[in-house]
Amino acid sequence: MDMTPRRIRRGRTVRYALYVWCTLIFVFLMAPLIVVFPISLSSSAYLQFPPPGWSWRWYEAYFTDSTWMDATYRSLNIAFWTTLLTTVMGTMLAFSLVRGKYRGVNILNQVSLMPLVVPVIVYSIAVYSLFAQWQLIGYWQAIVLGHTVHAIPFVVIIVSAALRTFDISQEHAAMSLGASRAMAIWKVTLPQIRPSLVSAAFLAFISSFDELVVAMFLGGSNMTLPKKMFDNIVNEIDPTIAAVSVVQILMVTAVLLIVSKLGAGAAPASHGS
Amino acid sequence: MSATTWWRRHHDNAGSLLAATPAMLFLAVLYLLPMVLLLAQSLEGRSLVHYEKALTDGLYVRVLVDTLLIAAYVSVACLLMGYPVAYFLSIAPAPWPMIGMIFVLLPFWTSVLVRTYGWMVILGRNGILNRTLLESGLISTPLPLINNTAGVLIGMVHVLLPYMILPLYAVMKRMDRGLLSAAEGMGASGLQVFTRVYFPLTLPGVLAGVTLVYVLSIGFFITPALLGGGKVMMVAVLIEQQVRTFLNWGFAAALSVVLLTATLLVYVGLRKLLRGNVQWT
Repeated sequence: MDMTPRRIRRGRTVRYALYVWCTLIFVFLMAPLIVVFPISLSSSAYLQFPPPGWSWRWYEAYFTDSTWMDATYRSLNIAFWTTLLTTVMGTMLAFSLVRGKYRGVNILNQVSLMPLVVPVIVYSIAVYSLFAQWQLIGYWQAIVLGHTVHAIPFVVIIVSAALRTFDISQEHAAMSLGASRAMAIWKVTLPQIRPSLVSAAFLAFISSFDELVVAMFLGGSNMTLPKKMFDNIVNEIDPTIAAVSVVQILMVTAVLLIVSKLGAGAAPASHGS
Repeated sequence: MSATTWWRRHHDNAGSLLAATPAMLFLAVLYLLPMVLLLAQSLEGRSLVHYEKALTDGLYVRVLVDTLLIAAYVSVACLLMGYPVAYFLSIAPAPWPMIGMIFVLLPFWTSVLVRTYGWMVILGRNGILNRTLLESGLISTPLPLINNTAGVLIGMVHVLLPYMILPLYAVMKRMDRGLLSAAEGMGASGLQVFTRVYFPLTLPGVLAGVTLVYVLSIGFFITPALLGGGKVMMVAVLIEQQVRTFLNWGFAAALSVVLLTATLLVYVGLRKLLRGNVQWT
Protein backbone atom coordinates (compact mmCIF):
# COMPACT_ATOMS: atom_id res chain seq x y z
CA MET A 1 0.00 0.00 0.00
CA ASP A 2 1.27 3.43 -0.92
CA MET A 3 1.84 5.15 2.41
CA THR A 4 4.10 8.02 1.43
CA PRO A 5 4.18 10.97 3.88
CA ARG A 6 2.49 13.14 1.28
CA ARG A 7 -0.44 10.82 1.04
CA ILE A 8 -0.75 10.59 4.81
CA ARG A 9 -0.63 14.38 5.09
CA ARG A 10 -3.34 14.75 2.46
CA GLY A 11 -5.44 12.17 4.28
CA ARG A 12 -5.12 14.19 7.45
CA THR A 13 -6.17 17.43 5.73
CA VAL A 14 -9.21 15.70 4.31
CA ARG A 15 -10.09 14.36 7.74
CA TYR A 16 -9.80 17.80 9.38
CA ALA A 17 -11.94 19.30 6.62
CA LEU A 18 -14.53 16.59 7.33
CA TYR A 19 -14.55 17.36 11.06
CA VAL A 20 -14.91 21.10 10.49
CA TRP A 21 -17.73 20.54 8.00
CA CYS A 22 -19.60 18.20 10.33
CA THR A 23 -19.20 20.58 13.26
CA LEU A 24 -20.70 23.37 11.18
CA ILE A 25 -23.64 21.18 10.18
CA PHE A 26 -24.26 20.07 13.76
CA VAL A 27 -24.28 23.73 14.81
CA PHE A 28 -26.73 24.46 11.97
CA LEU A 29 -28.97 21.59 13.09
CA MET A 30 -28.99 22.58 16.76
CA ALA A 31 -29.01 26.39 16.45
CA PRO A 32 -32.78 26.96 16.08
CA LEU A 33 -33.43 24.64 19.02
CA ILE A 34 -30.94 26.36 21.29
CA VAL A 35 -31.94 29.96 20.58
CA VAL A 36 -35.46 29.51 21.92
CA PHE A 37 -34.10 28.89 25.44
CA PRO A 38 -32.84 32.45 26.11
CA ILE A 39 -35.85 33.96 24.31
CA SER A 40 -38.26 31.99 26.49
CA LEU A 41 -36.65 33.50 29.61
CA SER A 42 -36.67 37.05 28.28
CA SER A 43 -38.44 39.75 30.24
CA SER A 44 -39.25 41.61 27.03
CA ALA A 45 -42.46 41.14 25.08
CA TYR A 46 -40.54 41.73 21.87
CA LEU A 47 -38.11 39.54 20.10
CA GLN A 48 -34.92 41.00 21.46
CA PHE A 49 -31.48 39.51 21.62
CA PRO A 50 -29.76 39.39 23.99
CA PRO A 51 -32.78 39.69 26.29
CA PRO A 52 -32.84 42.91 28.37
CA GLY A 53 -33.68 40.92 31.51
CA TRP A 54 -34.77 37.51 32.67
CA SER A 55 -38.15 36.25 33.83
CA TRP A 56 -40.42 33.21 33.92
CA ARG A 57 -43.40 35.18 32.70
CA TRP A 58 -43.81 33.36 29.37
CA TYR A 59 -43.86 30.01 31.12
CA GLU A 60 -46.44 31.42 33.50
CA ALA A 61 -48.40 32.71 30.54
CA TYR A 62 -48.36 29.27 28.93
CA PHE A 63 -49.33 27.31 32.02
CA THR A 64 -52.02 29.72 33.23
CA ASP A 65 -53.66 30.74 29.95
CA SER A 66 -56.71 28.55 29.43
CA THR A 67 -56.58 28.70 25.62
CA TRP A 68 -52.99 27.41 25.62
CA MET A 69 -53.86 24.70 28.13
CA ASP A 70 -57.03 23.69 26.28
CA ALA A 71 -55.06 23.41 23.07
CA THR A 72 -52.43 21.29 24.80
CA TYR A 73 -54.98 18.91 26.33
CA ARG A 74 -56.81 18.66 23.03
CA SER A 75 -53.61 17.74 21.22
CA LEU A 76 -52.59 15.20 23.85
CA ASN A 77 -56.03 13.62 23.72
CA ILE A 78 -56.03 13.46 19.91
CA ALA A 79 -52.50 12.03 19.89
CA PHE A 80 -53.49 9.39 22.45
CA TRP A 81 -56.47 8.10 20.44
CA THR A 82 -54.53 8.30 17.19
CA THR A 83 -51.75 6.20 18.71
CA LEU A 84 -54.21 3.61 19.97
CA LEU A 85 -56.14 3.29 16.70
CA THR A 86 -53.02 3.35 14.55
CA THR A 87 -51.04 0.85 16.58
CA VAL A 88 -53.86 -1.69 16.71
CA MET A 89 -54.95 -1.43 13.08
CA GLY A 90 -51.42 -0.96 11.74
CA THR A 91 -50.05 -3.97 13.62
CA MET A 92 -52.88 -6.18 12.41
CA LEU A 93 -52.32 -4.97 8.88
CA ALA A 94 -48.57 -5.59 9.16
CA PHE A 95 -49.22 -9.21 10.21
CA SER A 96 -51.52 -9.63 7.25
CA LEU A 97 -49.09 -8.08 4.77
CA VAL A 98 -46.08 -10.04 5.95
CA ARG A 99 -47.78 -13.42 6.30
CA GLY A 100 -50.76 -13.31 3.99
CA LYS A 101 -50.52 -15.19 0.72
CA TYR A 102 -53.82 -13.99 -0.68
CA ARG A 103 -54.16 -12.28 -4.02
CA GLY A 104 -53.74 -8.52 -3.94
CA VAL A 105 -51.41 -8.50 -0.94
CA ASN A 106 -48.86 -6.44 -2.87
CA ILE A 107 -51.43 -3.89 -3.98
CA LEU A 108 -52.66 -3.61 -0.41
CA ASN A 109 -49.09 -3.02 0.71
CA GLN A 110 -48.74 -0.17 -1.79
CA VAL A 111 -52.07 1.35 -0.79
CA SER A 112 -51.23 1.28 2.90
CA LEU A 113 -47.96 3.14 2.27
CA MET A 114 -49.50 5.73 -0.07
CA PRO A 115 -50.35 8.30 2.64
CA LEU A 116 -46.59 8.77 3.10
CA VAL A 117 -46.17 9.96 -0.45
CA VAL A 118 -49.33 12.02 -0.81
CA PRO A 119 -48.61 15.62 0.29
CA VAL A 120 -50.39 16.46 3.53
CA ILE A 121 -52.04 19.52 2.02
CA VAL A 122 -53.66 17.39 -0.70
CA TYR A 123 -55.05 14.88 1.75
CA SER A 124 -56.14 17.69 4.07
CA ILE A 125 -58.37 19.44 1.58
CA ALA A 126 -59.73 16.12 0.31
CA VAL A 127 -60.80 15.00 3.77
CA TYR A 128 -61.93 18.51 4.68
CA SER A 129 -64.33 18.52 1.77
CA LEU A 130 -65.72 15.09 2.72
CA PHE A 131 -66.04 15.88 6.42
CA ALA A 132 -67.73 19.17 5.65
CA GLN A 133 -70.46 17.18 3.86
CA TRP A 134 -70.70 14.82 6.82
CA GLN A 135 -70.75 17.81 9.21
CA LEU A 136 -67.79 16.55 11.19
CA ILE A 137 -65.72 19.75 11.12
CA GLY A 138 -64.83 20.98 14.59
CA TYR A 139 -64.96 17.59 16.32
CA TRP A 140 -61.70 16.37 17.77
CA GLN A 141 -62.66 12.85 16.70
CA ALA A 142 -62.49 14.00 13.09
CA ILE A 143 -58.87 15.04 13.60
CA VAL A 144 -58.11 11.62 15.12
CA LEU A 145 -59.43 9.95 11.95
CA GLY A 146 -57.31 12.20 9.71
CA HIS A 147 -54.18 11.69 11.81
CA THR A 148 -54.71 7.94 11.90
CA VAL A 149 -54.66 7.75 8.09
CA HIS A 150 -51.34 9.55 8.12
CA ALA A 151 -49.75 7.50 10.89
CA ILE A 152 -50.75 4.00 9.70
CA PRO A 153 -47.82 3.73 7.24
CA PHE A 154 -45.25 4.35 9.99
CA VAL A 155 -46.65 1.52 12.10
CA VAL A 156 -46.96 -0.82 9.10
CA ILE A 157 -43.34 -0.20 8.07
CA ILE A 158 -41.84 -0.63 11.52
CA VAL A 159 -43.90 -3.64 12.58
CA SER A 160 -43.50 -5.39 9.18
CA ALA A 161 -39.72 -5.00 9.46
CA ALA A 162 -39.81 -6.58 12.92
CA LEU A 163 -42.07 -9.44 11.77
CA ARG A 164 -39.83 -10.25 8.82
CA THR A 165 -36.91 -10.91 11.15
CA PHE A 166 -39.01 -12.72 13.74
CA ASP A 167 -38.52 -16.48 13.76
CA ILE A 168 -42.01 -17.84 13.20
CA SER A 169 -41.08 -21.32 14.43
CA GLN A 170 -41.37 -19.96 17.98
CA GLU A 171 -45.00 -19.27 17.30
CA HIS A 172 -45.45 -22.72 15.78
CA ALA A 173 -43.83 -24.25 18.86
CA ALA A 174 -46.37 -22.51 21.09
CA MET A 175 -49.17 -23.76 18.84
CA SER A 176 -47.92 -27.34 18.85
CA LEU A 177 -48.07 -27.09 22.65
CA GLY A 178 -51.74 -26.32 22.36
CA ALA A 179 -51.96 -22.55 22.07
CA SER A 180 -54.34 -21.13 19.52
CA ARG A 181 -52.86 -18.90 16.80
CA ALA A 182 -54.22 -15.81 18.51
CA MET A 183 -52.85 -16.88 21.89
CA ALA A 184 -49.45 -17.67 20.38
CA ILE A 185 -49.28 -14.24 18.78
CA TRP A 186 -50.38 -12.51 21.97
CA LYS A 187 -48.08 -14.42 24.33
CA VAL A 188 -45.05 -15.14 22.14
CA THR A 189 -44.80 -12.92 19.10
CA LEU A 190 -45.94 -9.54 20.38
CA PRO A 191 -43.72 -9.52 23.49
CA GLN A 192 -40.73 -10.29 21.27
CA ILE A 193 -41.33 -7.41 18.88
CA ARG A 194 -42.15 -4.99 21.72
CA PRO A 195 -39.27 -2.56 21.02
CA SER A 196 -40.63 -2.08 17.51
CA LEU A 197 -44.17 -1.65 18.80
CA VAL A 198 -42.93 1.01 21.23
CA SER A 199 -41.07 2.83 18.43
CA ALA A 200 -44.12 2.64 16.18
CA ALA A 201 -46.46 3.95 18.88
CA PHE A 202 -44.03 6.74 19.73
CA LEU A 203 -43.78 7.77 16.10
CA ALA A 204 -47.57 7.72 15.73
CA PHE A 205 -47.96 9.84 18.85
CA ILE A 206 -45.44 12.47 17.79
CA SER A 207 -46.76 12.58 14.22
CA SER A 208 -50.22 13.42 15.54
CA PHE A 209 -49.12 15.73 18.35
CA ASP A 210 -47.05 17.88 15.94
CA GLU A 211 -49.43 17.78 12.99
CA LEU A 212 -50.68 21.15 11.84
CA VAL A 213 -52.27 21.03 8.40
CA VAL A 214 -54.94 18.33 8.84
CA ALA A 215 -55.87 19.78 12.25
CA MET A 216 -56.03 23.29 10.82
CA PHE A 217 -58.66 22.22 8.29
CA LEU A 218 -60.66 19.79 10.40
CA GLY A 219 -60.47 21.56 13.77
CA GLY A 220 -62.71 24.50 13.01
CA SER A 221 -62.50 26.87 15.95
CA ASN A 222 -61.23 24.13 18.29
CA MET A 223 -57.53 24.74 18.06
CA THR A 224 -54.91 22.08 18.60
CA LEU A 225 -51.55 23.07 20.06
CA PRO A 226 -49.77 23.31 16.67
CA LYS A 227 -52.59 25.51 15.31
CA LYS A 228 -52.36 27.77 18.35
CA MET A 229 -48.58 27.95 17.91
CA PHE A 230 -48.94 28.69 14.20
CA ASP A 231 -51.33 31.56 14.87
CA ASN A 232 -49.05 32.86 17.61
CA ILE A 233 -46.08 32.89 15.23
CA VAL A 234 -47.99 34.44 12.33
CA ASN A 235 -49.43 37.21 14.46
CA GLU A 236 -46.17 37.70 16.37
CA ILE A 237 -48.11 37.96 19.61
CA ASP A 238 -45.47 37.38 22.29
CA PRO A 239 -42.67 34.98 23.30
CA THR A 240 -45.10 32.50 24.93
CA ILE A 241 -44.37 30.43 21.85
CA ALA A 242 -40.70 30.28 22.95
CA ALA A 243 -41.71 28.86 26.33
CA VAL A 244 -43.98 26.31 24.61
CA SER A 245 -41.11 25.39 22.31
CA VAL A 246 -38.74 24.80 25.21
CA VAL A 247 -41.29 22.58 26.94
CA GLN A 248 -41.66 20.56 23.73
CA ILE A 249 -37.91 20.24 23.17
CA LEU A 250 -37.41 19.01 26.73
CA MET A 251 -40.29 16.55 26.35
CA VAL A 252 -38.90 15.15 23.10
CA THR A 253 -35.44 14.81 24.65
CA ALA A 254 -36.84 12.95 27.64
CA VAL A 255 -38.98 10.61 25.53
CA LEU A 256 -36.09 9.98 23.13
CA LEU A 257 -33.89 8.95 26.06
CA ILE A 258 -36.59 6.69 27.49
CA VAL A 259 -37.36 5.03 24.18
CA SER A 260 -33.67 4.43 23.43
CA LYS A 261 -33.32 2.87 26.90
CA LEU A 262 -36.22 0.52 26.11
CA GLY A 263 -34.07 -1.02 23.40
CA ALA A 264 -34.13 -0.79 19.60
CA GLY A 265 -33.30 2.92 19.28
CA ALA A 266 -36.44 4.69 18.26
CA ALA A 267 -35.08 6.60 15.39
CA PRO A 268 -33.01 4.29 13.23
CA ALA A 269 -35.71 1.63 13.56
CA SER A 270 -38.32 4.11 12.47
CA HIS A 271 -36.46 4.43 9.23
CA GLY A 272 -36.31 0.73 8.70
CA SER A 273 -32.88 1.27 7.14
CA MET B 1 -50.54 -31.50 -0.33
CA SER B 2 -52.49 -33.29 2.36
CA ALA B 3 -55.94 -32.17 3.28
CA THR B 4 -54.89 -30.88 6.67
CA THR B 5 -52.08 -28.64 5.39
CA TRP B 6 -54.40 -27.37 2.71
CA TRP B 7 -56.98 -26.56 5.34
CA ARG B 8 -54.43 -24.92 7.58
CA ARG B 9 -53.07 -22.76 4.77
CA HIS B 10 -56.57 -21.76 3.83
CA HIS B 11 -57.45 -21.05 7.43
CA ASP B 12 -54.32 -18.89 7.90
CA ASN B 13 -55.12 -16.92 4.79
CA ALA B 14 -58.60 -16.26 6.09
CA GLY B 15 -57.06 -15.05 9.34
CA SER B 16 -54.66 -12.81 7.43
CA LEU B 17 -57.47 -11.29 5.44
CA LEU B 18 -59.46 -10.74 8.60
CA ALA B 19 -56.52 -8.99 10.26
CA ALA B 20 -56.24 -6.61 7.32
CA THR B 21 -59.95 -5.79 7.28
CA PRO B 22 -60.17 -2.95 9.86
CA ALA B 23 -57.28 -1.00 8.34
CA MET B 24 -58.51 -1.74 4.81
CA LEU B 25 -62.01 -0.45 5.52
CA PHE B 26 -60.60 2.52 7.38
CA LEU B 27 -58.31 3.50 4.51
CA ALA B 28 -60.99 2.87 1.89
CA VAL B 29 -63.49 5.21 3.54
CA LEU B 30 -61.17 7.84 4.99
CA TYR B 31 -58.40 7.81 2.48
CA LEU B 32 -59.35 6.50 -0.96
CA LEU B 33 -62.87 7.93 -0.94
CA PRO B 34 -61.82 11.55 -0.22
CA MET B 35 -59.04 11.31 -2.78
CA VAL B 36 -61.45 10.07 -5.46
CA LEU B 37 -63.93 12.82 -4.58
CA LEU B 38 -61.12 15.37 -4.84
CA LEU B 39 -60.35 14.13 -8.33
CA ALA B 40 -64.04 14.45 -9.21
CA GLN B 41 -64.08 17.97 -7.82
CA SER B 42 -61.16 19.00 -10.02
CA LEU B 43 -63.24 17.97 -13.04
CA GLU B 44 -66.18 20.11 -11.92
CA GLY B 45 -68.71 20.64 -14.68
CA ARG B 46 -67.07 17.84 -16.68
CA SER B 47 -64.48 20.20 -18.01
CA LEU B 48 -60.75 20.66 -17.78
CA VAL B 49 -61.06 24.39 -17.23
CA HIS B 50 -59.34 24.26 -13.82
CA TYR B 51 -56.45 22.27 -15.19
CA GLU B 52 -56.16 24.66 -18.09
CA LYS B 53 -55.90 27.53 -15.65
CA ALA B 54 -53.34 25.74 -13.47
CA LEU B 55 -51.14 24.70 -16.36
CA THR B 56 -51.34 27.67 -18.72
CA ASP B 57 -51.92 30.81 -16.64
CA GLY B 58 -48.46 32.38 -16.26
CA LEU B 59 -49.00 33.21 -12.61
CA TYR B 60 -49.74 29.64 -11.61
CA VAL B 61 -47.21 28.03 -13.92
CA ARG B 62 -44.66 30.24 -12.20
CA VAL B 63 -45.69 28.88 -8.79
CA LEU B 64 -45.41 25.29 -10.05
CA VAL B 65 -41.98 25.91 -11.58
CA ASP B 66 -40.77 27.75 -8.46
CA THR B 67 -41.92 24.85 -6.31
CA LEU B 68 -40.06 22.29 -8.40
CA LEU B 69 -36.96 24.51 -8.43
CA ILE B 70 -36.98 25.14 -4.69
CA ALA B 71 -37.40 21.41 -4.11
CA ALA B 72 -34.40 20.77 -6.38
CA TYR B 73 -32.22 23.33 -4.56
CA VAL B 74 -33.22 21.86 -1.21
CA SER B 75 -32.40 18.32 -2.37
CA VAL B 76 -28.96 19.29 -3.70
CA ALA B 77 -28.16 21.31 -0.56
CA CYS B 78 -29.24 18.44 1.69
CA LEU B 79 -27.09 16.00 -0.27
CA LEU B 80 -23.98 18.20 -0.17
CA MET B 81 -24.45 18.93 3.52
CA GLY B 82 -25.60 15.49 4.58
CA TYR B 83 -23.23 13.18 2.70
CA PRO B 84 -20.09 14.07 4.72
CA VAL B 85 -22.08 13.99 7.95
CA ALA B 86 -23.45 10.51 7.22
CA TYR B 87 -19.91 9.41 6.36
CA PHE B 88 -18.59 10.84 9.62
CA LEU B 89 -21.32 9.07 11.60
CA SER B 90 -20.50 5.77 9.89
CA ILE B 91 -16.73 5.82 10.58
CA ALA B 92 -16.00 8.01 13.61
CA PRO B 93 -14.74 6.24 16.74
CA ALA B 94 -17.06 6.01 19.75
CA PRO B 95 -18.64 8.03 21.28
CA TRP B 96 -18.79 10.47 18.33
CA PRO B 97 -21.34 8.61 16.19
CA MET B 98 -23.75 8.53 19.12
CA ILE B 99 -23.26 12.21 19.94
CA GLY B 100 -23.57 13.17 16.29
CA MET B 101 -26.71 11.06 15.96
CA ILE B 102 -28.28 13.01 18.84
CA PHE B 103 -27.62 16.25 16.96
CA VAL B 104 -29.41 14.79 13.93
CA LEU B 105 -32.31 13.15 15.77
CA LEU B 106 -33.16 15.84 18.29
CA PRO B 107 -34.13 18.37 15.60
CA PHE B 108 -35.73 15.55 13.59
CA TRP B 109 -38.13 14.78 16.43
CA THR B 110 -38.80 18.40 17.30
CA SER B 111 -41.92 20.02 15.89
CA VAL B 112 -41.43 21.83 12.58
CA LEU B 113 -43.22 24.82 14.11
CA VAL B 114 -40.69 25.06 16.93
CA ARG B 115 -37.79 24.85 14.50
CA THR B 116 -39.29 27.39 12.13
CA TYR B 117 -39.82 29.75 15.03
CA GLY B 118 -36.18 29.23 16.02
CA TRP B 119 -35.11 30.27 12.54
CA MET B 120 -37.25 33.41 12.74
CA VAL B 121 -35.40 34.30 15.95
CA ILE B 122 -32.06 33.79 14.24
CA LEU B 123 -32.73 35.20 10.78
CA GLY B 124 -35.19 38.03 11.49
CA ARG B 125 -34.42 41.67 10.77
CA ASN B 126 -33.73 42.11 14.46
CA GLY B 127 -32.58 38.53 14.83
CA ILE B 128 -29.46 37.14 16.39
CA LEU B 129 -27.51 36.88 13.16
CA ASN B 130 -28.22 40.41 11.97
CA ARG B 131 -27.55 41.87 15.43
CA THR B 132 -24.23 40.11 15.69
CA LEU B 133 -23.15 41.16 12.21
CA LEU B 134 -24.29 44.77 12.76
CA GLU B 135 -22.53 45.07 16.09
CA SER B 136 -19.34 43.61 14.74
CA GLY B 137 -19.47 46.21 11.97
CA LEU B 138 -19.41 43.65 9.16
CA ILE B 139 -22.64 45.03 7.70
CA SER B 140 -24.33 48.39 8.05
CA THR B 141 -27.91 47.41 7.20
CA PRO B 142 -29.66 44.18 8.23
CA LEU B 143 -29.47 41.40 5.66
CA PRO B 144 -32.85 40.27 4.30
CA LEU B 145 -32.78 36.66 5.45
CA ILE B 146 -36.46 36.15 6.13
CA ASN B 147 -39.70 36.60 4.18
CA ASN B 148 -37.84 35.62 1.03
CA THR B 149 -36.56 32.56 -0.81
CA ALA B 150 -33.33 32.47 1.23
CA GLY B 151 -35.29 32.08 4.46
CA VAL B 152 -37.52 29.37 2.99
CA LEU B 153 -34.49 27.45 1.69
CA ILE B 154 -32.67 27.62 5.04
CA GLY B 155 -35.74 26.48 6.95
CA MET B 156 -36.56 23.65 4.53
CA VAL B 157 -33.00 22.34 4.42
CA HIS B 158 -32.99 22.29 8.19
CA VAL B 159 -36.23 20.30 8.38
CA LEU B 160 -35.28 17.84 5.63
CA LEU B 161 -31.56 17.28 6.27
CA PRO B 162 -32.15 14.34 8.66
CA TYR B 163 -34.25 12.64 5.95
CA MET B 164 -31.10 12.70 3.78
CA ILE B 165 -28.61 11.74 6.48
CA LEU B 166 -30.48 8.70 7.83
CA PRO B 167 -30.75 6.63 4.60
CA LEU B 168 -27.18 7.58 3.63
CA TYR B 169 -25.94 6.51 7.04
CA ALA B 170 -27.81 3.20 6.74
CA VAL B 171 -26.07 2.39 3.44
CA MET B 172 -22.63 3.54 4.58
CA LYS B 173 -22.82 1.62 7.83
CA ARG B 174 -23.56 -1.61 6.00
CA MET B 175 -20.80 -1.17 3.43
CA ASP B 176 -18.07 -3.76 3.28
CA ARG B 177 -14.99 -1.65 3.91
CA GLY B 178 -12.77 -4.46 2.63
CA LEU B 179 -13.71 -3.31 -0.86
CA LEU B 180 -12.04 0.06 -0.20
CA SER B 181 -8.84 -1.55 1.04
CA ALA B 182 -8.88 -3.81 -2.01
CA ALA B 183 -9.15 -0.82 -4.36
CA GLU B 184 -6.36 0.93 -2.49
CA GLY B 185 -4.22 -2.18 -2.52
CA MET B 186 -4.53 -2.31 -6.28
CA GLY B 187 -3.11 1.18 -6.53
CA ALA B 188 -6.16 3.44 -6.67
CA SER B 189 -5.66 6.95 -5.32
CA GLY B 190 -7.87 8.28 -2.54
CA LEU B 191 -9.97 10.20 -5.03
CA GLN B 192 -10.31 7.16 -7.29
CA VAL B 193 -11.40 5.00 -4.39
CA PHE B 194 -14.10 7.53 -3.68
CA THR B 195 -15.36 8.14 -7.22
CA ARG B 196 -15.03 4.58 -8.53
CA VAL B 197 -15.88 2.48 -5.47
CA TYR B 198 -17.25 4.33 -2.46
CA PHE B 199 -19.67 6.72 -4.09
CA PRO B 200 -21.22 4.16 -6.49
CA LEU B 201 -21.78 1.84 -3.54
CA THR B 202 -23.65 4.57 -1.67
CA LEU B 203 -25.78 5.42 -4.68
CA PRO B 204 -28.88 3.60 -3.41
CA GLY B 205 -28.73 5.73 -0.27
CA VAL B 206 -28.21 8.89 -2.32
CA LEU B 207 -31.22 8.14 -4.51
CA ALA B 208 -33.34 7.19 -1.51
CA GLY B 209 -32.42 10.38 0.34
CA VAL B 210 -32.92 12.61 -2.69
CA THR B 211 -36.31 11.03 -3.47
CA LEU B 212 -37.49 11.44 0.07
CA VAL B 213 -36.32 15.05 0.35
CA TYR B 214 -37.65 16.03 -3.09
CA VAL B 215 -41.04 14.41 -2.56
CA LEU B 216 -41.45 16.03 0.84
CA SER B 217 -40.20 19.40 -0.47
CA ILE B 218 -42.73 19.84 -3.24
CA GLY B 219 -45.59 19.39 -0.79
CA PHE B 220 -44.11 21.64 1.91
CA PHE B 221 -46.47 24.01 3.65
CA ILE B 222 -45.41 25.23 7.13
CA THR B 223 -41.94 26.53 6.34
CA PRO B 224 -42.81 28.50 3.18
CA ALA B 225 -45.94 29.82 4.87
CA LEU B 226 -43.98 31.15 7.84
CA LEU B 227 -40.51 31.97 6.53
CA GLY B 228 -41.72 33.07 3.10
CA GLY B 229 -43.81 35.84 4.63
CA GLY B 230 -46.36 35.67 1.81
CA LYS B 231 -43.69 36.51 -0.76
CA VAL B 232 -42.62 32.99 -1.62
CA MET B 233 -45.47 31.05 -3.16
CA MET B 234 -45.21 27.29 -3.24
CA VAL B 235 -47.98 25.00 -4.50
CA ALA B 236 -49.06 23.86 -1.03
CA VAL B 237 -49.44 27.44 0.18
CA LEU B 238 -51.35 28.31 -3.00
CA ILE B 239 -53.74 25.40 -2.49
CA GLU B 240 -54.42 26.40 1.11
CA GLN B 241 -55.08 29.98 0.03
CA GLN B 242 -57.44 28.93 -2.78
CA VAL B 243 -59.51 26.85 -0.37
CA ARG B 244 -59.52 29.01 2.74
CA THR B 245 -59.48 32.49 1.32
CA PHE B 246 -61.19 32.15 -2.04
CA LEU B 247 -63.26 28.98 -1.51
CA ASN B 248 -62.15 28.08 -4.99
CA TRP B 249 -62.60 24.33 -4.56
CA GLY B 250 -62.42 23.19 -8.16
CA PHE B 251 -59.19 25.03 -8.80
CA ALA B 252 -57.62 23.93 -5.50
CA ALA B 253 -58.56 20.35 -6.35
CA ALA B 254 -56.97 20.60 -9.80
CA LEU B 255 -53.78 22.05 -8.28
CA SER B 256 -53.79 19.19 -5.78
CA VAL B 257 -54.05 16.61 -8.54
CA VAL B 258 -51.17 18.31 -10.38
CA LEU B 259 -49.06 18.32 -7.20
CA LEU B 260 -49.93 14.71 -6.49
CA THR B 261 -49.06 13.65 -10.04
CA ALA B 262 -45.70 15.39 -9.85
CA THR B 263 -44.99 13.72 -6.51
CA LEU B 264 -45.94 10.27 -7.76
CA LEU B 265 -43.87 10.68 -10.92
CA VAL B 266 -40.77 11.51 -8.88
CA TYR B 267 -41.50 8.70 -6.47
CA VAL B 268 -42.14 6.04 -9.10
CA GLY B 269 -39.30 7.24 -11.32
CA LEU B 270 -36.69 7.07 -8.60
CA ARG B 271 -38.16 3.86 -7.31
CA LYS B 272 -37.53 2.36 -10.75
CA LEU B 273 -33.96 3.61 -10.64
CA LEU B 274 -33.49 1.95 -7.30
CA ARG B 275 -34.97 -1.30 -8.62
CA GLY B 276 -36.00 -2.14 -5.12
CA ASN B 277 -32.37 -2.11 -3.93
CA VAL B 278 -33.04 -0.13 -0.85
CA GLN B 279 -36.04 0.39 1.32
CA TRP B 280 -35.95 3.94 2.47
CA THR B 281 -39.27 4.17 4.18
